[in-house]
Amino acid sequence: MASDDNPILEVRGLKVGIEGTSILKGIDLIIPKGEIHAIMGRNGSGKTTTANVIMGHPAYEIEGGEMFLDGESLDDMEPWERSREGVFLSFQYPQSIPGLQVGNFLRKSVSSVRGEEAARGSEFREKLTSAMEELDIPKSFLSRYVNDGFSGGEKKRFEILQLMLLQPRLAVLDETDSGLDIDGIRTVSKGINSVVRGTENGALIITHYSRILEHVNPDRVHIMIGGKIVASGGPNLANLLEDNGYDWLEEQVEKGVDFE
Amino acid sequence: MSGDSEAREAVGDYKAGWHDPENATIRFDFGLSEKVVRDISELKQEPEWMTEIRVKAYRHFVERPMPTWGNTEELMEIDFDKVCYFLRSSDETGSSWDDVPDDIRNTFDRLGIPEAEQKWLSGVTAQYESETVYHSIREDLEKQGVIFLDMDSGLKEHEDIVKKYFGSVIPYSDNKFSALNTAVWSGGSFIYVPKGVHVEMPVQAYFRINAKNMGQFERTLIIADEGSSIHYVEGCTAPTYSTDSLHSAVVELLALPGAHIRYTTVQNWSNNVYNLVTKRGVAHENAKIEWVDGNIGSKLTMKYPAVILKGEGAHAEVISVAYAGNGQHQDAGAKVHHMASNTTSNILSKSISKDGGRGSYRGMAKIMPKAENCRLNIVCDALILDEESRQDTYPTMEVGNPTAHCEHEASVSKVGDEQLFYLMSRGHTEAEALGMIVNGFFEPFTRELPMEYAVELNKLMSLEMEGSIG
Repeated sequence: MASDDNPILEVRGLKVGIEGTSILKGIDLIIPKGEIHAIMGRNGSGKTTTANVIMGHPAYEIEGGEMFLDGESLDDMEPWERSREGVFLSFQYPQSIPGLQVGNFLRKSVSSVRGEEAARGSEFREKLTSAMEELDIPKSFLSRYVNDGFSGGEKKRFEILQLMLLQPRLAVLDETDSGLDIDGIRTVSKGINSVVRGTENGALIITHYSRILEHVNPDRVHIMIGGKIVASGGPNLANLLEDNGYDWLEEQVEKGVDFE
Repeated sequence: MSGDSEAREAVGDYKAGWHDPENATIRFDFGLSEKVVRDISELKQEPEWMTEIRVKAYRHFVERPMPTWGNTEELMEIDFDKVCYFLRSSDETGSSWDDVPDDIRNTFDRLGIPEAEQKWLSGVTAQYESETVYHSIREDLEKQGVIFLDMDSGLKEHEDIVKKYFGSVIPYSDNKFSALNTAVWSGGSFIYVPKGVHVEMPVQAYFRINAKNMGQFERTLIIADEGSSIHYVEGCTAPTYSTDSLHSAVVELLALPGAHIRYTTVQNWSNNVYNLVTKRGVAHENAKIEWVDGNIGSKLTMKYPAVILKGEGAHAEVISVAYAGNGQHQDAGAKVHHMASNTTSNILSKSISKDGGRGSYRGMAKIMPKAENCRLNIVCDALILDEESRQDTYPTMEVGNPTAHCEHEASVSKVGDEQLFYLMSRGHTEAEALGMIVNGFFEPFTRELPMEYAVELNKLMSLEMEGSIG
C-alpha cells in the first residue's frame, strides 16, 4: 500500500536468471523517497540485469524475491504497466524505430504514461520546449525518427528528455554517462536532479565511473560484484573505488571491511 | 452458422465487410462466353470497333494459359464459370448523391466518400459493382476543359480520344487478365487534362463490390496533356463472403511531354477477393509518373505498376507497401523500362507479413541499349512479424547500356524483442508498440498519401496489430 513511510523502491532477495544461467544472486535494495542511489560495478556484474528486471524485461526469469514501488508489488506487472505506475528506464543502448517521429512518439508516450490531458495543448508544448532547451536539443530533433541515426550523445540526451517529460516516480538510469563528454554529463545530470531533488521521487544510477556522481551527488552508493551488492555506503564510497579500483575493493570486502 | 458469418469471423476486424441487399436492375448469369461479351457491349450501345476489341480479347483470354509464375496454386482455384461478369445496380449515374439509390448511398456514406468530397477533392466517381453510380467534378475544372468521367461515358462522349489511346499502353494480349478485362470491362475512370492545366486537389474514384461472386473489371485511362498535372486517388473495399470475388482492372496512363501524373491506391479488399490488376503508364519527354500503391486487403494480389520511360528526361517513381495477414498473399512490385536517355526512376517497396501471410516483391527494371545516362534506384524492405509468415523477393534487372547508374538494396528484418521492450517501457502495450513499429516501417509510403488517407491507414494497421497479440 502506498503510504508516506514506504520507500520509492524496495527490492528484497531478488534472484534472476536468463536461459538457465543465474545472474542476480539475491539483491536487497531500498531507495527512500527523494533519494538518488548509485550502483557501481564492472561489466557483467549484473547492473544492467538489475535495471532491466526493475522495468520488467520479459526475457529474464525471476527465481526469487520481490520488488515494490511505493509499497506496491511490481511482480505481476507488464513493462507498460510499470511505466504507467511510474517506473522509467533510461537505456544503455536505446533502440531505433525508423519512421516513428520523435515529436509524435513523445506525445504518445506522455499520453500513455501520464494521461491524455498531459499530452494535450500548450502545457505539453511549453514543457517540451523548456526541457529541450535545458538539454541543448535543437527543435529539428522533433521531426527525426526515434534514435535513428542518432549519435551516442544524442541518444542519451533523448533518454533524459523522455525522463523529464514522463516525470516518473522512479528513474533507473543504465550507464547514461557512457558516450557523453563532460558537458553532456553536466547537462544530463541537471535533468536527473530536476526530476528527483525536492520531490518524493527517486532514482537509481547505474555506472562504471564516479564522474556522473560528482554532478548528481547520490545519497547512497552500492557496489555490485558477481550478482550481489557487496558494499554500500555514502557518496565517498564512489571516490574510494575510483582511487583504488575494484580489485582493492574486493579485497576489502573479503577482509570484512564495512564502508558505512 | 451461415457461411457469411463464418467468413466474417475468420477475418476479424475488417471494417468494410458489411453488404447491402442486392437490388440489381440487370444481372447476367454466372459464367463467361462470347455471347456474354457481346451482350455487355450491346447493352452499353457501344461502337462496333469496341465490340470487336472485346471479342478479340475474349478469344485471346480463352486461349491464353494461366501465368506459370506467382501463386499458381491460388490462380488455378479461380473458377471463371462462377463469376458474375456484369451487374447493374442503378439505371443512371447520379451527379448528386440524392440521385443515388438509398442503400448504395448509405454504403458510400459509411465509407466516408461524400464527406471527403466536400473537404479535399476536386472530383469523385463511385463505382458499385459494374458501373459508376455517382460522378461529380468541380465546376472550375470543367471550365478549364478537364474531363473526368466514368469510362463508359468517356467512350460515349469522347470516342475519338478513347479510340486513339484505349489499349495503346496495355494491349489486351499483354496477359491473361488484361485480355479478360478488355473483354468484359465496365466502369472505371476516363480523365483528360488539357495542356498546362494543373488540377491542384486530387480526384478520387472509389470502387465497391457488394454482390457475392462478383467480378469487377473497371478500365481506367488517364491522359495528361503537355505540361499538365493531376493526382488521382482510388480506394476499394468489398463485403466479406465465404466465396470469392474477382477484381481485374486495367489502368493506362499517358503523361505527355512535361506532364505529371500521380496515381495513388489504397486497396483494402476483403480477404475473399482476387485482385489481379495491370497498371502501366507511358512517360514522354520530361514527364513524370508516380505510382503510390498500397495493398492491405484481398486474398491474392498480383500487381506490378509499371512505367515506360519513353521520352528523354522522363522520371518514374513507384512507392508501394503491402501487408499480408492470415490467408493473404501480396505479390506486388514494380516495373520500369528506360527506353530513352537521361531517364530516372526510383522504386521503393515495403512489405509486411504476419500470421502466416505471404509477401512477394517482384520487380523488373530494364535499361535499353540506346538509353544513355539513366539512373535507377531500387530499395525493397520486408518486415516479418512471426515465424509462420513469409517474404520473398524476385528482382530482375537488365542493364543494356554501360553508362547506366543502378542501385539495388534489399533487406528482410524481424521485429526485435528489444525494440518492443523499449516502446513498452514508455507505457505502450505490446500491440501499440507493434503498431508503432509497423506504421514507422510504412512511413515513407504514408507520408506520400493525402492526410486523410494517411490517418486511415495508420488506424487500419494499428487495428491489425491489436488482432495479433494474444
